[in-house]
Amino acid sequence: MTETLRRPVSDRPLLEVRDLARSFQVRRAGGWFGKAATLHAVDGVSFDLRPGRTLGLVGESGCGKTTTARLVLGVLSPTGGEVRFEGEPVPAPGTAAWRAMRRRMQMVYQDPLGALDRRIPVGIQVMEPLAIHGIGARAERHARAMELLDAVGLGPSFFARYPHELSGGQRQRIVLARALILDPSLLVCDEPISALDVSIQAQVINLLLDLQAKFDLAFLFISHDLKVVRQICHEVAVMYLGRVVEQGDPDQLLIDPAHPYTQALVSAIPVAAAARRRPRLILKGDPPNPVDRPAGCAFHPRCPAATARCVVDTPVLKPMPDGRIVACHVAHGEADSPRLAA
Amino acid sequence: METLVSIRGLTVDFDLGHRVVRVLHGVDLTIGKGQAIGLVGESGSGKSVTWLAALGLLGPRAHVGGSVQLSGEPLLGVPAARLEAVRGRRVAMIFQDPASALNPVHRIGRQIGEALRLHRGLDGAAARAEAKRLLERVGIADARRRLDDYPHQLSGGTNQRVMIAMALAGEPDMLVADEPTTALDATIQAQILDLLRELRRDGGMSMVLISHDLGVVAENSDRIAVMYAGRIVEEAPTAELFAAPRHPYTTGLLAALPDLDGPRRRLVAIPGTVPEPARLPPGCAFAPRCPQAIAACTTGVPPLVHVATDHRAACIRVQTAMAA
Amino acid sequence: MLRYLSTRLVRALLTICFVVTFAFIILRLSGDPALLILSPDAPPEAIEAFRKSWGLDRPVWEQYFHYFAAIAEGNLGRSMRDGRPALELVLERVPATLALTIPALILKIGIGIPAGIYAALHRNKLADRLTMLFSVAGFTVPSFVLGLLLVLVFSVNLGWLPSGGQDSWVHGILPVITLGTAGAAVLARFTRSAMLEVLGQPYIRTASAKGLPWRRVIIDHALPNAAIPTVTIVGFMVGSLVAGAVVVESVFSWPGVGRLLVIAVANRDLAVVQTILLFVAATMVCANLTVDMLYGWIDPRLRTRRVAGAG
Repeated sequence: MTETLRRPVSDRPLLEVRDLARSFQVRRAGGWFGKAATLHAVDGVSFDLRPGRTLGLVGESGCGKTTTARLVLGVLSPTGGEVRFEGEPVPAPGTAAWRAMRRRMQMVYQDPLGALDRRIPVGIQVMEPLAIHGIGARAERHARAMELLDAVGLGPSFFARYPHELSGGQRQRIVLARALILDPSLLVCDEPISALDVSIQAQVINLLLDLQAKFDLAFLFISHDLKVVRQICHEVAVMYLGRVVEQGDPDQLLIDPAHPYTQALVSAIPVAAAARRRPRLILKGDPPNPVDRPAGCAFHPRCPAATARCVVDTPVLKPMPDGRIVACHVAHGEADSPRLAA
Repeated sequence: METLVSIRGLTVDFDLGHRVVRVLHGVDLTIGKGQAIGLVGESGSGKSVTWLAALGLLGPRAHVGGSVQLSGEPLLGVPAARLEAVRGRRVAMIFQDPASALNPVHRIGRQIGEALRLHRGLDGAAARAEAKRLLERVGIADARRRLDDYPHQLSGGTNQRVMIAMALAGEPDMLVADEPTTALDATIQAQILDLLRELRRDGGMSMVLISHDLGVVAENSDRIAVMYAGRIVEEAPTAELFAAPRHPYTTGLLAALPDLDGPRRRLVAIPGTVPEPARLPPGCAFAPRCPQAIAACTTGVPPLVHVATDHRAACIRVQTAMAA
Repeated sequence: MLRYLSTRLVRALLTICFVVTFAFIILRLSGDPALLILSPDAPPEAIEAFRKSWGLDRPVWEQYFHYFAAIAEGNLGRSMRDGRPALELVLERVPATLALTIPALILKIGIGIPAGIYAALHRNKLADRLTMLFSVAGFTVPSFVLGLLLVLVFSVNLGWLPSGGQDSWVHGILPVITLGTAGAAVLARFTRSAMLEVLGQPYIRTASAKGLPWRRVIIDHALPNAAIPTVTIVGFMVGSLVAGAVVVESVFSWPGVGRLLVIAVANRDLAVVQTILLFVAATMVCANLTVDMLYGWIDPRLRTRRVAGAG
């Protein structure tokens, strides 16, 4: 009975994202007059995230993964589509309803030092969200902060320390403790381990997995590192220029990527063991400026498998026989015209 | 193999005004002609400082000791003019963040032209033509127009190519690449590493690749030196280092990396944190984090000794195991 | 770029309007010019007539409106003291002020910038500490104190230089030194920190790694970048060429714009005070506009901006 009260719709996705879009008005570089242009940072992204699960968003800079995260949190309002969290649409930023919802969805950034106030002991910063939302008496807040410091693997002696006295990994643990003190159901993590030392990354990956099990957390996990994504995610979506191009089980994507862009990303991972190396697929050029999104499939100018159809016809996300969804004419065997590249 | 660079007992102390902190504790390293060495380590391990010190790029507050020889000639303690003739001409260097490593107020063509005038006496149209050829060599499309661009007009990957072109301008014997792809996206990293491989294959240039990423150095080096807290703790040919790592830190780093295939396993993390240079633990700096540490580890710094023909490690556990 | 310039121009005009309004309000609030100029025991009819002839009997908002309209036509009013056009009064004083401030500006730049560069290049060495010591002293000592000190030493005790007046260029020496010292100190400190900031940038290391001699690294790579923030301060100094000598002109009885301002304020000579303020605001704004243009010339990032991608 109490269990159903706590989570009335346990089978329903925690987070539902439908046709999410966000564009920005920008000015083009060049000359005395910058021409106005529209930048489609996120362009029709849909996904579900169930309680206690992890979805990875993968892609290179400019692919829209961080914008997607900000739209999910409601920090940014979408120009199209909808985000529903725990069954409710995310309210407009700044409203009381939004603040109430934000208690249940928290964010962790790449740079823990930037996320902490240098002048305040970290324990006080862990307690801060409780104070802001007026939860509990001071003694209770203190006890709860101690509980969370323990959960992130830091002893009570850390309470009175300042951010500069901690290492990068310890700071990220403090940030996690603060994010979890309001008992959220969703944690949006934007590259949470990429600023950490190699020997510390594994510690934080393990900690994230432990915290997920302990607090039944869902993660929206943004990363450029496919190895880390495989370690942590139940599902992964690869983004390119504002759209999801492939989404499915991390093992499927890593072992047998279907979209040529995913193939390039996977083959770009440097591998320590020589025996496990695969032939490298090196893409030509840089990702295009999102303002100049190519027609047809946005990836076609860099795609080694592109056909005439890819230039004009934008592929849609469709399921493959093995269940993952892919937006590529070639992967679906629908290219029906010869390759452009010789 | 003929030796190009030989570093012996290199130490670096930073004078912070109120105290002096040693960040490099005696590094020995040899680079052969045409050889590619990978230097792996975390922040503060001394992997970049080693090369900045060798080329005298650390500034007046760093005190450098030991010896560095290039083709038998000393580089430490020599007049500035002697060092300037080496930098860019014999040994070139590229850095982590290409956008900030290029001067924001000068055009690309001018920045490359500077190196051409300095090292090859080229000027005017000849310098411009050669700069264009170099940009084409590093795979930059529309090279002529790029010469007149400023760094902020180019992408990170293109800027790193410009840095490489600038490094090639002096036709150096060795290229030191300090985290050349860390600031770049995955597919661009693949492009840059591919370019570096190609240049080395074509030119017979020696290369030092500095990186925190074991995968990156594994794919691009003949030998690897692993650094921790200002010392080399293990050095071996690449294949051997990954097949049979001997130092617990190297073993720990490999175990902490997530796999790309095979069953998913819980990562074996190295506990604790990287020590600060000013507060190194006594004895072996890795001892407090080492699962195999014994009491003797804290009594003295283990020397880097041979554990196999071509394989050195600095760990007393390995040495006692060998002696037994 | 046109957009950039037009927003700057609009902002400049708004600044001038603000200054004019501010001057108007402060001066009306702080006393009645009729009583000051005619003295309070003058016959009431005389005071009334004076007010009427200068429009002071009308409602304040109407005075304000008329004043603004007149300025827009280029009419800055007449001095209440001698009835001459205020602009003429101010303009005839400008050369005297410039005779002090321009040499002082040259002194500031000529000493401040090289000292700052030198200190940065010898950071934490004795030369740096001494330069910074003088710099702190230079801008913490108020200019009237420094001025009086100089007069005491060089005029009263040594008798080498005159303590006031404007008879020859020798009379200008002490005021110019007084004016230049504080500015040089500020500029030295600013240039030093700009240089230190630039010297820590990765592109300086790149230039050294390229094999450039240190002197060329400084001249070709460090200075152009350090110039960007320094131009702001120099621009500010150029902007204060007309108004920056109020205190010093008073101390050395130098008949420039500054002294005119002091006299006009004391007399509540509204038109003159307002004209000076307008003049000062205009030079300040022009200097700022010039600085903004210079930025575009020195820093190519402002000229050719890349469209930032969304992350």
